[in-house]
Amino acid sequence: MNILVCVKRVPDTAENEIEVRPDGTDIRREDLVYSVNEWDNYAVEEAIQIAERTGGSVTVATVGDADAEEVVRREMAMGAQQGLMLTDAAFEGSDGRGIAEILKAAVARGAYDLVLCGAQADDGAGQVGGMLAALLDWPYASLVNHIEVLEGKKLRIGREIEGGNQERSEIDLPCVLSIQTGINEPRYVGIRGIRKVASVEIPVLGAADLGLDPSRVGRAACRVRKLDYFVPPAGAGAEILQGSPEEIAARLVDLLKAKGGLK
Amino acid sequence: MEPVLVPPAAATLAGIPARLLFLLIPLVGVGLFAWILRRRLEPLRRAAPDDRFNRWGERLAAVFRLWLAQARQPRYFLAGVLHIVVFFGFLILGARSLELVVLGFVEDFVLPGFGGGVGAAYRALKDIAAAAVFVAVGILAVRRLVFRPARYAVPARYGKDHTPEAIFVLGLIATLLLSEGLFEASLLAAERQLGREAHGLLPLTLPWAFVRLLSSAPREALQAIHLAAYAVHDLTFFFFLCFLPFGKHFHVVTSLFNVFFMRLDPGTVKPVRHGVDDEGLDRLESFGVKRFEDFTWKHMLDFYSCADCGRCSDRCPANRVGRPLSPRFISIKARDLCFRRYPVRGPIAAEPAPLIGGIYAEDEIWSCTTCGACEEECPLGIEYIDKMVDLRRGMVDDGLVPQSLQKPLAAIEKRGNPWGKMEKKRGDWALGVGGGCRVKRFERGEAAEALYFVDSITSYDDRMQKIAQAAARVFCAAGVDFGILGQDEKDSGHEVRRFGEEMLFQSLKEHNTEAIRATGARWIVTTDPHAYNALRKDYRDLPPVRHASEVILEALRAGRLALAPAADAVRTCVYHDPCYLGRHNRLYDPPRQVIDLLPGLRRVEMEGDCRDRSFCCGGGGLMLFYEPEEEMRMGVVRVKMAQAAGAELIVAACPFCLVNLEDAIKVAGLEGQLEAVDLCELVDRRLARADERSTANGQGGTA
Repeated sequence: MNILVCVKRVPDTAENEIEVRPDGTDIRREDLVYSVNEWDNYAVEEAIQIAERTGGSVTVATVGDADAEEVVRREMAMGAQQGLMLTDAAFEGSDGRGIAEILKAAVARGAYDLVLCGAQADDGAGQVGGMLAALLDWPYASLVNHIEVLEGKKLRIGREIEGGNQERSEIDLPCVLSIQTGINEPRYVGIRGIRKVASVEIPVLGAADLGLDPSRVGRAACRVRKLDYFVPPAGAGAEILQGSPEEIAARLVDLLKAKGGLK
Repeated sequence: MEPVLVPPAAATLAGIPARLLFLLIPLVGVGLFAWILRRRLEPLRRAAPDDRFNRWGERLAAVFRLWLAQARQPRYFLAGVLHIVVFFGFLILGARSLELVVLGFVEDFVLPGFGGGVGAAYRALKDIAAAAVFVAVGILAVRRLVFRPARYAVPARYGKDHTPEAIFVLGLIATLLLSEGLFEASLLAAERQLGREAHGLLPLTLPWAFVRLLSSAPREALQAIHLAAYAVHDLTFFFFLCFLPFGKHFHVVTSLFNVFFMRLDPGTVKPVRHGVDDEGLDRLESFGVKRFEDFTWKHMLDFYSCADCGRCSDRCPANRVGRPLSPRFISIKARDLCFRRYPVRGPIAAEPAPLIGGIYAEDEIWSCTTCGACEEECPLGIEYIDKMVDLRRGMVDDGLVPQSLQKPLAAIEKRGNPWGKMEKKRGDWALGVGGGCRVKRFERGEAAEALYFVDSITSYDDRMQKIAQAAARVFCAAGVDFGILGQDEKDSGHEVRRFGEEMLFQSLKEHNTEAIRATGARWIVTTDPHAYNALRKDYRDLPPVRHASEVILEALRAGRLALAPAADAVRTCVYHDPCYLGRHNRLYDPPRQVIDLLPGLRRVEMEGDCRDRSFCCGGGGLMLFYEPEEEMRMGVVRVKMAQAAGAELIVAACPFCLVNLEDAIKVAGLEGQLEAVDLCELVDRRLARADERSTANGQGGTA
């Protein structure tokens, strides 16, 4: 089975202190470190495991600038055979639909049986997977945390639903799945692994290579436009407890008792 | 003069000269033994290289201390003393056994140099040795069968009990002793009957007892006993010799070599592959130990040498708290695998044998804190830390790293600390030092004589920053001209390396080495034993590195630190030896001497669990992030030891120890009874500078 996994380079939320820029156009990016979006990492691990079981190969694609190459390389060090950089000045500022358009063109250029993407990105809206499936007119399942490959170009997939219960579905290939964290335990990629793939050529495709109409992607084609980033004003009713840890704890217990939260 | 009894070499059996038989037995025995050894050496020849043919003087000294002088044996007193008796018995009686073997085909053979007075003295000595070993064997058998010390037990998951093998070997030793005694006594009894006694016997020796038993036996019976005893001894001797390489008694053969080749430098980690320098690492196909044959030949020799005494696991903190690790079975399982793969007869296994998922489990290998208690205890110089590191290198190379460790590793790679905190905040602790002490910053172009290498936890952890602040105030008070690297410092990588991520360690090492050398500092001080060990043992070409306790001791002795008199009642304290200060760097005394110079403290020891027998707090560095399976925290065991010693205060000299001990005090419910404090904090509280210090660090100075 040939699998395409869509990955994204995001600010690493675990390792950054995220602050909004005073002008509200973005977050402060000077001191950020980036990594592959966590959900995407699970998707790549799952793709590698499926390919190990059933044969075939895994391709990792990202829409981004030259900086994004590091995450593609990291996922190749994990075990993906091919990388694909979808890079073009025309892609900048694309909204979710624009990204899906670009990915659709990349899918069309290959012979993929399955496309995986993360359920959402740390800095995203969780929309690209579904839009990509719609544009391709392929079946789509979201928040998948279990995949079995069945005979006859089918998958049995599992999704976690309310209360930790599981749902099982069958889906025809080719399809798009968005992957939930916890589906597997992604393998570790060390510096040594990355160095091993450091000199592997990663094709870079732009709008022309993909046969994309530049007017359908990029900032100008956005149908959703970001207006502002801000920290919400502290709401009324919030109370910051002051004092030593002991005093705060005592006050908290009093409050919980007073509001009936503690009996 | 006719001999009193026909000696073995002159006897005939069914018309055939017995000397032919007695020549055949050693020939076959030695031949078989040589064949078995050759097969046993086969895996060592296929093993990874190991650079041990060096430092002959130190190695001979180790042989003298550990092998000949049996220096570590009495640490387990009864078993140790019994072993010493058996060991010297073997050495002494070995000569006699050789003499006996030759006597089978050379009449009246005497070992060269063993005639006359030397011979008489040797005869007395070997009779004493035989009697002593005989008694020791008896006690050993009773211990094994009746008292059954817990450390010999084999948990079900590790296979069958090893007692039958132990008892069988004790039986072989007893057979050798008895047959040698009977051989000699039968001749002496016959001589005595004829009034031709060649020499006397010491009372209470085996021959002495047998001569008394046989004094009135007919001569034919004595003759028969003489030859039968000889034959039994000869056969048992060579059977035993060939039996040794099949189990734990292989150590009788290998121990001398194992001790000779043992690791000489505690605290170090072996290179990924001997003969490949740091620059060549990128060219290696595979990293670490994944298959049995990836072990070095010395590590395989370790497996052969394990005597199954259980001391390593008895002292192993991971084993003690129920983690799935027992160093003893790291050796025994590998030895059994080796015997299966390289049988003495038949083909050698061709398939590679992956170790993880085979004889070892991932959690087993991650459970080790590299505290070194096992290696400190092993009477044979078997090493474990390098094996753990090599196995982890293999797992890291295959991506088998628990999720709990992947995050901190990624954070260290990106930000130089395992929490992923901002580089620019690394030196922020220095803003809260107070007490009129300003910390210089090399990153801003300031110069100082000494560099304080703080390392990650002390830089970023709210609680551990107090150690850095206390240390800074003490250094200031002592007139030490020091500065910090601030955001130019990255994690020392001590645990990064010991958790198998060698390449990440190399990049941290390169970065820090460059940053440190650029400061022009003449020496380095650190409050973190892990950083101390890393800079001393893992880094190269750095200025001298000292632990804060050494610097403080020197200042106290030189009168450069004025102390306030104790305001409160005398408090009883214990000092907890951090593994990487104590066992790995032998710094046992400076911290104790510092405590002893502080007023208002009475220091006691956790007897039996201090100094080189210190019990690990739970491990530092990345071990703080690992989520082990365990029944109890190591720290809880440790604080209970401190409580049992009567301490109200447990003094550590390591930030990781402090984290673990403070947590353990809470878990064990000892809050209010026991307090954990770092040595620097303790000294800081006693400084005779009654200024704003107590408000600056929020401490009441009650210690």
